[in-house]
Amino acid sequence: MIIYGTAILAACHLLGVYIGDLLGSLIGVKANVGGVGIAMMLLIAVRVYLHKRGLMPDTTEAGVGFWAAMYIPVVVAMAAQQNVVAALKGGPVALISALGAVTLCACVIALINRTGPKNQDSTWQVGTVADET
Amino acid sequence: MEMIEHALRENPLVTAFAFVGIVMWISVHLSRYLTFGRVHGSAIAIVIGLGLAYWGGIQTGGSKGLADLKIFTGIGLMGGAMMRDFAIVATAFEVHVDEAKKAGLVGVMALLLGTLIPFVVGASVAWSMGYTDAVAMTTIGAGAVTYIVGPVTGAAIGASSDLMALSIATGLIKAIMVMVFTPALARFMGLNNPRSAMVFGGLAGTVSGVSAGLAATDRRLVPYGALVATFHTGLGCLMGPSVLFLATKAIVG
Repeated sequence: MIIYGTAILAACHLLGVYIGDLLGSLIGVKANVGGVGIAMMLLIAVRVYLHKRGLMPDTTEAGVGFWAAMYIPVVVAMAAQQNVVAALKGGPVALISALGAVTLCACVIALINRTGPKNQDSTWQVGTVADET
Repeated sequence: MEMIEHALRENPLVTAFAFVGIVMWISVHLSRYLTFGRVHGSAIAIVIGLGLAYWGGIQTGGSKGLADLKIFTGIGLMGGAMMRDFAIVATAFEVHVDEAKKAGLVGVMALLLGTLIPFVVGASVAWSMGYTDAVAMTTIGAGAVTYIVGPVTGAAIGASSDLMALSIATGLIKAIMVMVFTPALARFMGLNNPRSAMVFGGLAGTVSGVSAGLAATDRRLVPYGALVATFHTGLGCLMGPSVLFLATKAIVG
């Protein structure tokens, strides 16, 4: 059943966010520490575990796959509700700080990625819902 | 007409699905026929979204862009933190575990640099423009990390509300820049494999910027970048009011 997939996804999401909150309060931060990242790792672990035991029929996978495919539309909706007006009102300090940070980070990313190992294999490109686009 | 508006207002989330669908359709066609596929359809859709957010903000004077308009409250739900995180977690289904493991260490390094570099840049710019006390420098510097780290740090070290607003604005501009410029800079940054996406996720920070930027570049890289980027805010909130504030204080007195 398709809802099994969505329910697994929801359970991982909630557990991850809970652990993130717990981690935050343990180290005394008023924020969730990596909740979504932890949820992603949980989901990966569940998928690997269920796959090995053959407990992951296609319909269950579709219950997760749909939401993964909805990702870009959700991001577009997210963009449409940003406080763009406030961002533009921040003035030169905000603009220059942001521009400086983005520029410098882009250069460091380029530096790290160019010095990294070459000849990456391309197995990561297969078998994703993104194939459709 | 009133009946249509009623139908839209009574079903906000469904309206949002239909509306975003139309935006995507327009964007994909603009991408194909106007830019001959050179600019990704999702990149155009995100820019349209930001434009609509600006228009909505001007119309209503609210803080949630298009979602402040009555018939578009569903956009707020569809693009809110809950749905965004739910969809991000779902993309983890496509992660190839070996690839992610290989880049684990470099991802952590990128995270640390991604907190430190924007902070130093933000704090230095603040200093050069007359914000010379440690609290102001730290708050603006933290805002350059992400727009959540800014106010959290500011609140912890007792910054005034206009400083916090400035710090949020800094983070927002950064997120918007990452969304818009990532596809254009993708080749320069070498964004073409999971490892590079994880480096990008750590250094570019802000989940919204990273997720939208990667979505507009290559949809398959999203989970790798997001996996790292979601630790960004937590790390920033941890370091901002503590190590970074104390270091700033030690330097400027």
